[in-house]
Amino acid sequence: MTDITTEKARIGAPSAQPFINGFTEEGESLSPLNAAESKAPLAGEAVKRHSHGGGVGIPDSSRAGRLTSYKLADFKPLTGMEEDWRFTPLKRLRGLHTEVLGGAAPAVSITAPDSVRVETVGRDDRRIGSAAIPEDRVSANAWENFAEATVITVPSEVQVDGEVSVLLTGQGTEASAQHIVIVAEKFSKSVVVLDHQGTAVVSENVEILVEDGAQLTVISLQEWNDDAVHASSQQVKLGRDAKFKHIVVSLGGDLVRVTPSARFTAPGAEVELFGLYFADAGQHLEQRLFVDHAVANCKSNVLYKGALQGRNAHTVWVGDVLIRKEAEGTDTYEANRNLVLTDGARADSVPNLEIETGLIAGAGHASATGRFDDQHLFYLMARGIPEDVARRLVVRGFLNEIIQKINVPAIEERLTEAVERELAATNH
Amino acid sequence: MSTLEIKDLHVSIDTEQGTKEILKGVSLTIRTGETHAIMGPNGSGKSTLASTIAGHPRYNVTSGTITLDGEDVLAMTVDERARAGLFLAMQYPVEVPGVSMTNFLRTAKTAIDGEAPKLRTWTKDVKEAMAQLRIDADFTQRNVNEGFSGGEKKRVEILQLELFKPKFAILDETDSGLDVDALKVVSEGVNRAHGEGNMGTLLITHYTRILRYIKPDFVHVFVDGQVVEEGGPELADRLEDEGYDRYATGAGAATIAAASAAAQA
Repeated sequence: MTDITTEKARIGAPSAQPFINGFTEEGESLSPLNAAESKAPLAGEAVKRHSHGGGVGIPDSSRAGRLTSYKLADFKPLTGMEEDWRFTPLKRLRGLHTEVLGGAAPAVSITAPDSVRVETVGRDDRRIGSAAIPEDRVSANAWENFAEATVITVPSEVQVDGEVSVLLTGQGTEASAQHIVIVAEKFSKSVVVLDHQGTAVVSENVEILVEDGAQLTVISLQEWNDDAVHASSQQVKLGRDAKFKHIVVSLGGDLVRVTPSARFTAPGAEVELFGLYFADAGQHLEQRLFVDHAVANCKSNVLYKGALQGRNAHTVWVGDVLIRKEAEGTDTYEANRNLVLTDGARADSVPNLEIETGLIAGAGHASATGRFDDQHLFYLMARGIPEDVARRLVVRGFLNEIIQKINVPAIEERLTEAVERELAATNH
Repeated sequence: MSTLEIKDLHVSIDTEQGTKEILKGVSLTIRTGETHAIMGPNGSGKSTLASTIAGHPRYNVTSGTITLDGEDVLAMTVDERARAGLFLAMQYPVEVPGVSMTNFLRTAKTAIDGEAPKLRTWTKDVKEAMAQLRIDADFTQRNVNEGFSGGEKKRVEILQLELFKPKFAILDETDSGLDVDALKVVSEGVNRAHGEGNMGTLLITHYTRILRYIKPDFVHVFVDGQVVEEGGPELADRLEDEGYDRYATGAGAATIAAASAAAQA
């Protein structure tokens, strides 16, 4: 009895046994598996269990329990009821989840400084699977069907001047699979731009390995034609003290679904995940990200901003951040902001933060979806600003925060112009 | 010399219960250099008058006219009115996401003047005006009114008044929600703008407090959508002592006007 009283008086201090099942001194234990299996999903036992039916003892609601597998057969056919597909209009996937992806993949054309190694390799290359594992059926379908992969390597300690430009040009509407591997070797520093254009129906896997001490920025631009359908799983694995900046810009395409995942494998690493999207009438632009804090003392910062205009413009943002029990000292923040410019548009925003340890530096999430409404317009116009200028002023200012983070002047300029075009397109 | 003339203005709004008439025949003439105070109890239509002059879409003008130097203000869009020289300092300034103060002020000034202000003098003007209104310099980097306190929003309205130099300023309860220090700062700003000699001022207020700092030439008492009494600054003093009670709301305005005319005679 005396012992228990003492323990109660020491709330917050480590205790030998929990008082309540499922609770520890850090609060509710969301994922009982983690005590035993303390590695990231790519690293062993946890994966194998997850691969066959969602893991053992992990609640469905936890991102840690999400099925991951290289095999398409492990993923059940989609019904649209799945947590990660519930916002996506499956009919508009044009077979990416059901067909054999045998169409011609978007043509890859790379402009890179000599110091960067560019290879086209077969399916058996050892680097394939080094940084990613499919997290959904469409990604697994691409993994099973891609014919060859493009591997971009920034060698150790090389600092690349200018950016590595990867132009991906769609080859038509036959469902296809694409695979890209980006390796930033130790202490290298570089910027890679994935520039998606043309018409395609493609499921794409992008594996990104950022080795110890390396700094890499990946900018993924989706400026597809109006009829394109694009699912892109972009997964990064970070070594010790690695720094990764990811910027997703989705403007064009009928349906674009980008699912970035970041996994920490050693302490001291840092990710910044930024996104910008602008949905017009009828467009579905979806982004679902996952930050897996599986080791101690890593940082993540997430900011996605979107604008919507026109009937049935639909955007989805889901941000899953998981701080595992061993990820002490984690510092993370995620935010999503949407600006709805007209009636008839819909923005879904779901920030999820799972925290399995209280010993962290900081964790926060925020989401706000606001209208550009008549009051804003009245205020600006009452200061002499014409309506079209007022609208542009607001949207440009809102999205500029992301554009400024790109730091590649040519692309910043291009995106600013693209946003202007979006605004002009519907007489705003 | 400019003239803003309001003649027999009737204004209604659409509510869930149907159309409701708020202004029931308002006439008012303001000239450059004059300061008019409009005073009245809550719900008397003071703010409706201000918003209608600025062109807020919520208010429907059913009859009457507003002209600025003979030009039909009612035919102008909201932005055209501002460019013609009308400025409304709002009771509840709106937060505009995504637009920095710097960008906003420059864009508005460019629209009003028809040409971009010279960068060097403009930056200096903004800085000085901000300092005089005791607005922190870092406000220029913040989004328009976003996260500003009530007092800060009002000061930023007056900042715009000083920078945009309108022909007529309409101040819609600029004094409400201000503490004494802020009230002084804001009043000084209005007096500076007015003192340049090119502006007429329409000061709408519930309280007489601000009239200690801004001296009106004319006072109009508003009750139930009509002007029920007009006079000089002495009328404000009387209101301070007696309040609005003697203008029993709901009673026919004509009766009150007649009664007060009789009282004055």
